[in-house]
Amino acid sequence: MAEFTLPANSKVGAGKTWQAPAGATRIKNFKIYRWNPDDDQNPRIDTYEVDLATCGPMVLDALIKIKNEIDTTLTFRRSCREGICGSCAMNIDGTNTLACLKPIDEIEGDVTIYPLPHMPVVKDLVPDLTQIYAQYRSVKPWLQAESPPPPDRERPQSIEEREKLDGLWECILCFCCSTSCPSYWWNGDRYLGPAVLLQAYRWIADSRDEATGERLDRLEDPFRLYRCHTIMNCTKTCPKGLNPAKAIAEIKKLMVMRR
Amino acid sequence: MQTSERPLSPHLQIYRWQLTMTLSIAHRATGIALSVGTLLLVWWLVAAATGPEAYRVVQEFLGSWLGILLLIGWSLSLFYHLCAGIRHLVWDTGHGFDIKTVYQSGWTVVVASIGLTILAWGAALVQMGRG
Repeated sequence: MAEFTLPANSKVGAGKTWQAPAGATRIKNFKIYRWNPDDDQNPRIDTYEVDLATCGPMVLDALIKIKNEIDTTLTFRRSCREGICGSCAMNIDGTNTLACLKPIDEIEGDVTIYPLPHMPVVKDLVPDLTQIYAQYRSVKPWLQAESPPPPDRERPQSIEEREKLDGLWECILCFCCSTSCPSYWWNGDRYLGPAVLLQAYRWIADSRDEATGERLDRLEDPFRLYRCHTIMNCTKTCPKGLNPAKAIAEIKKLMVMRR
Repeated sequence: MQTSERPLSPHLQIYRWQLTMTLSIAHRATGIALSVGTLLLVWWLVAAATGPEAYRVVQEFLGSWLGILLLIGWSLSLFYHLCAGIRHLVWDTGHGFDIKTVYQSGWTVVVASIGLTILAWGAALVQMGRG
């Protein structure tokens, strides 16, 4: 059953304000979710006054500036800072996206930053991805084939066959989509969610893969696949412009066609 | 070192309401409203079968402002659920998934269901005027 409210230990309280240094000219407030596993307190929202005159253009630039210059305890994941690693996925200004691809200028008023929604929090903006990685593992995201490849080269694929993977292979597993999905919020223990289902379809659609039947068998389940109610939050929020909802619809179509 | 139990990050509380999720929950809500509204229809039919006195009570209630409000809500639910249902059928064929189309079809469903409700009530009022 869906729990619409937060458990007692997860309710968010007010935090403190870190004021901008004297002489700051373009101040923007960043209201950021904080939780420290070591102090037995509830999560809180800290406000950081950041001088945009000395800050890079993206939200990730501001986070790094805060960590470098204001509060070294602020904890978040980041790596490539160009939208290819998926580490800095978080909820910014109400929707999920990558901090490195989100321009600060796009946000009116204060910038609110939370971890990816409805996930266990390790610290501050770092969610625990253990379960979602286990779900990803469960769809066996690798090429399965009985027949041996040609002895002298890779398994061949026509241009048309390869094109079927466009819009799928670009997924960087940031999980913005899965954690934007109300259905995944309420049933994430059994529903695989948009990111993992898009990955499942990526191998179902691969002409070289020979395990399509078993892959579909494993998804034929009221929860794993069919908790998708085409809410469309996933496609709306994907920072890479991909369409997980369409990938899921293609899986559902294959389920009907193979009857 | 295992420390405090991990909190759950905020979700419904902080996610910006999107047209996508709003129309989805409205589809479910109107589905429930239709089921409840059917009870109203059953009440009306049972009363009609019971006799003039029972029928008069129901007619009076349905003619009151609360009754009319419920009937307008019920018809709006019907038209919304119908239009959104067609939208879902199109999705089930694998079409209409790019975000631009999703927003166009979404607003179309909203406008169409309100428009059909106004049309239906307009037609009913014209009939009543003739009768």
